[in-house]
Amino acid sequence: MDKYLWLIPALPLGGFLILALAGKQLSRSSVAIVGAGSICLSALVTFVVGGAFLAGMPANAVYTQTLWTWFEVGAFSAKITLSLDVLSLLFIFVITFIGALIHIYSTAFMEADRDYARFFASMNLFVFSMLVLVLADNLLLMYLGWEGVGLCSYLLIGFWYEQQANGNAARKAFTVTRIGDAAMAIGLFMVFQQAGTLVMSDIGANASTIWQPNSTVVTVTALLLLAGGLGKSAQLPLQTWLPDAMAGPSPVSALIHAATMVTAGVYLVARMHAIFALSETARLVIAVIGAATLLLAGLTALTQYDIKRVLAYSTISQIGYMFLALGVGAWTAAIFHFMVHAFFKALLFLAAGTIIESLHHEHNMFKMGGLKDKMPVVFWTFLAGALSLAAVPLISAGFYSKDQILWYSWTANGGSPVLWMVALSGALITAAYTTRMMILTFWGEAHTPVGHLPGRRITMPLIVLAVFSIFAGFVELPHNFGHFTLFSDLLHPVLPETVMRAEIPSEWLFQLLAALATLGGVFLGYHYYYQQPARLESLRRNAMLASLHRFWFLGWGFDALYDRLLVKPFIFISKINKSDVTDRLYTGIAAATGEMYKLLSRTQSGSLRWYIMGLVVGAILILGIQIML
Amino acid sequence: MKTTVSAEVVVLLAGLLFALGIVGVIIRKNIIFMLLSVEIMLNASGLAFVAAGSRWGQPDGQVMFVFILAMAAAEVSIGLALILQIYHQHKSLDIDNLKEMNG
Repeated sequence: MDKYLWLIPALPLGGFLILALAGKQLSRSSVAIVGAGSICLSALVTFVVGGAFLAGMPANAVYTQTLWTWFEVGAFSAKITLSLDVLSLLFIFVITFIGALIHIYSTAFMEADRDYARFFASMNLFVFSMLVLVLADNLLLMYLGWEGVGLCSYLLIGFWYEQQANGNAARKAFTVTRIGDAAMAIGLFMVFQQAGTLVMSDIGANASTIWQPNSTVVTVTALLLLAGGLGKSAQLPLQTWLPDAMAGPSPVSALIHAATMVTAGVYLVARMHAIFALSETARLVIAVIGAATLLLAGLTALTQYDIKRVLAYSTISQIGYMFLALGVGAWTAAIFHFMVHAFFKALLFLAAGTIIESLHHEHNMFKMGGLKDKMPVVFWTFLAGALSLAAVPLISAGFYSKDQILWYSWTANGGSPVLWMVALSGALITAAYTTRMMILTFWGEAHTPVGHLPGRRITMPLIVLAVFSIFAGFVELPHNFGHFTLFSDLLHPVLPETVMRAEIPSEWLFQLLAALATLGGVFLGYHYYYQQPARLESLRRNAMLASLHRFWFLGWGFDALYDRLLVKPFIFISKINKSDVTDRLYTGIAAATGEMYKLLSRTQSGSLRWYIMGLVVGAILILGIQIML
Repeated sequence: MKTTVSAEVVVLLAGLLFALGIVGVIIRKNIIFMLLSVEIMLNASGLAFVAAGSRWGQPDGQVMFVFILAMAAAEVSIGLALILQIYHQHKSLDIDNLKEMNG
């Protein structure tokens, strides 16, 4: 079955090539069939290959397929090799399955758009790049996929390029992630210099012999690789691009900025866990960044009025949870949360897109309302996603994954009570803003009339994702519920067990506290937005709270900070260097030549006597030199 | 009293004549005088050839002189024709008027 591994990325690539070259000539339905069909076929192949993999469990628990050698320089040879282990299998399952659902949704969502073919071409290229990223067996091929997804993110955020703001958002996304990518490239160079190879399995197996634990070299390498992950996953300090990226179409937000590309950082850290395991500092940094990000983004989400921006900050916050888990050493918990998050976040974005379209491009939640009865399918599916996001106890998948992370944030060897406290507050805030979002959008009186209702191609993917959002959590039950740990057992060959502390408090207590946090948050949202909205008015009138609200609303001032710190000086330097200093060197050479020419052309006076004198002087000089030498 | 003249002295005379000719070409403004000076240069080189031939006792020097004479005659005829054209166009024989091929 590993012979068919190459089909999984090749089918989207084929779709991209067809649509990019001949898209304009094809009819709408052909474009839809090629665009969505390639991903559906890829998902089918994934199921077949994945099923064979799980049933057969080959030696070393890995399928590899080497396609060809990319290049060879001296002793280093980079091969195009695809390798499938359980971690990659999970990722490609999410990418192709959720990708297929989103593509089917898009065939109806983008129906009226003029650039139908370009949209699907870019989406297919994105899926191809993301698959290459997770199927790559060496860091160089992974970097290829990494850059590819960055490019496609740029293309898709700025899809409606005629509005200036969309182009600005696309450029902002590309530039900020570029900073992370540059750091990651340097990290790759360091890895190669130390390990002599870029093949990830070799690095993982020999990591303890290549690097000294906790030495400066391994810490710097780990932090550089982490920086790449921070850029792509929109964590502190590189998180400013994701809220603006909501300028792209909703399917793009669902696929790229919720389910897949932003989890590339999580994949990188999980894949290179051997390097991160050797550096305590790096792990601490990851955990702290995860915790800080989840709190920061959660508080910001509480203040936003644009429904897509709430979901964007929510994504940043949830990925913060994943990084927190990675930092404390709860590897499987992070991947579990990634899988569950992909389902419910994609669902929420797709549903939000449908709502926005039906209300004639109204993004402001305060102008929505009363959609509970008007759009029932969207309401119930959105509710399923929201339950998972808020991690409502027992009935949603989000509860199982988030509960695990909360548990490990205290009890894992790298965990601490502070991290647990931050994560718990984050859970409360998450439940609060989710409830706020639900109430403002679906309850109350309808401020905007509903246009047309979504058709089957839109509601079917929503329903499928809703089912997964509820039931996908049952693959991994907490230890005190029973010993049903299907998920972490599967990931055993790839990710190590979480090292726990010596003394572990009772798990029941933690679950109770987590459930209380969620329900508390739900109650807060319910109280302030449904029961007594008048109390909100009195809070608004408090000057200190209002300025705090404003500060949180602006994303804790990061945009303003970067503008003052980086953008303005850069523009200033460009302005004073308008007549470019380095260019002056070359234009100077040209100018000097021009001056010499003017000088010499004065000797061509046209006067015969002058020429004869020149001849004579020259002859005397030559004779003189002859005689002397 | 010497009855023979050594070849070095004649060549020196030829050299002096040549230098005088060049100076004449450079200094004179009238085109006809420039031509005259060129003639002097030609004759000076002819004298050098004759002196060399006499030194080695071979007739080649005299032969060269005849060549130079013939060439000078032809060259003068063409030169005078050109001078006539110049006078026809510019109405003066001042060489400093002919500065158009400059820049």
